[in-house]
Amino acid sequence: MSELILATHNLSKSFGALKATDDVSINLRAGEIHALIGPNGAGKSTLIAQISGGLRPDAGRVMLMGRDVTQYGTATRARAGLGRTFQISALAMEDSVLENVLLGALGAEGRPWRFWSRATADAEMRARAMTALERVGLADDHDKRTAELSHGQRRQLEVAVALTLSPRAFLMDEPMAGLGAGGSKRLTGFLDGLREEAPILLVEHDMDAVFALADRISVLASGRVIATGTVAEIRADRAVRTAYLGEDA
Amino acid sequence: MIPERLVNLAILAGLAGVALWALAVDTPFTITLATRAAILALAAVGLNIALGIGGLVSLGHAVFFGLGGYAMGILAYHAQTYTTLDLGPLSVTGSKSMPLIWLVAVVASALAALLIGLLSLRTSGVYFIMITLAFGQMFYYFAISWGTYGGEDGLSIYVRNGFPGLNTLDPIQFFGLCFALLCLALLVYARLRAAPFGLALNAARQVPARVETVGLSPLRLKLVAFVISGAITGLAGALFADLNRFVSPTMFSWQLSGELIVLIVIGGVGRLMGPVIGACLFVLLEHWLGALTAFWHIWLGVILLGIVLFARGGIVGLLTGKAGPHV
Repeated sequence: MSELILATHNLSKSFGALKATDDVSINLRAGEIHALIGPNGAGKSTLIAQISGGLRPDAGRVMLMGRDVTQYGTATRARAGLGRTFQISALAMEDSVLENVLLGALGAEGRPWRFWSRATADAEMRARAMTALERVGLADDHDKRTAELSHGQRRQLEVAVALTLSPRAFLMDEPMAGLGAGGSKRLTGFLDGLREEAPILLVEHDMDAVFALADRISVLASGRVIATGTVAEIRADRAVRTAYLGEDA
Repeated sequence: MIPERLVNLAILAGLAGVALWALAVDTPFTITLATRAAILALAAVGLNIALGIGGLVSLGHAVFFGLGGYAMGILAYHAQTYTTLDLGPLSVTGSKSMPLIWLVAVVASALAALLIGLLSLRTSGVYFIMITLAFGQMFYYFAISWGTYGGEDGLSIYVRNGFPGLNTLDPIQFFGLCFALLCLALLVYARLRAAPFGLALNAARQVPARVETVGLSPLRLKLVAFVISGAITGLAGALFADLNRFVSPTMFSWQLSGELIVLIVIGGVGRLMGPVIGACLFVLLEHWLGALTAFWHIWLGVILLGIVLFARGGIVGLLTGKAGPHV
């Protein structure tokens, strides 16, 4: 079995009487895409927040590369190798496309404390940023203001920023959100090749993408993982059909 | 529309030109007005780092302005009265040397900004505004009750402090000094804005969540920005006290904090020269309208309203044809 990159152990989080995350143990191995699906309100966002560091679990642990990162904040987890993309693009809209990826590059190098040199003139950082833009096909638009990008381009830029971090694991929250069929297909192709570089924990509603990409799928319902398995196994699972695919068993 | 570079140059040349013209026609009072504008601009350039780039609406920047003022006042007071300043086991003499006074003003303001920032940056939005305001009021009332240094009446310093090689009592030479410091602060602002730090800070204002996910701490970025910002405003405070040869608790007043914000908004938030054109306009209005009516702030309010409603980019935004702030 390949190396374990990211794992949660018995993660639990409640808001009042609501168990948003209930004893969740999932993991991500080198080279795979592990899709996390579930109906609205299943607790996907809460789980993502606990893995990325925005929310502390009530119980359980989050392990990254064999290290317990449960007590770390978002920034520390990012430095430890977690590359995250957002469901709703979190980009500096006033800045240029290049500046957004440069932010990733300077985060990756951990050197924001430079007050006198031009950020855009740093050859190393610029190369790292431009490489990421080229990979998602935005290199020609690097001078554009981010607010001028189309929705689809913003989704691409969102991925590009994560790429600049050269993370050990990707955590992608609905990267296909709002993309048309064409854009969705292109991004699916890109993510397909990305898994060799770093495994992806993929939260996604686009079932075509999930079935095309996932090595494994975990299904979340009411805060619990009700099934984990290959695409074929999940498609055949009765509990999943009831809870998620909306069929009477 | 006019390129921003040209607008910037014209604003600086205009300010220097007014002072030189006043020298030529021998109206020293106009030079004093230009000096006042340069010093307020310097204070606002400092605030613009926190407010413009970092998005930190500090309603307590008068703390740093006042600290700079009192750094000058206290040191010069001990020098003019030939008394020593006792700081616990340490006993120091006062000073009439501007470089030394500036150093003390900058260090004191930076330290205060560090402490205030550490406490207030844990909050955001309206709470941040209120906490910074509260700190401002604390310093204000402390200064009022501090009888040693004049309390409510303030401190008069009889002779302007000295700068090596210059006669600071000559209005144009003192203006030159203030103008040079303003230019230096503008250079610092411009370099810092384009540097990796400015890029990260600017992103922390827009999307703090993103900054965290690339492994940086928005809080630390904003704290450092707040300290640099406070230090520059503190330096302006020392100059302001020297201009008036007087320091009083009003330098700590929340009205002053508010005016600094207002003149940045009028000039253009997050723009290099926004604070400068804003300060020039402020001093002009204060002088001309102030002579006509004691309620000249009404007209300032009308201008502010117009800017906020119709020209969010401020005067610089209007001249350069850019609609919003920052961009």
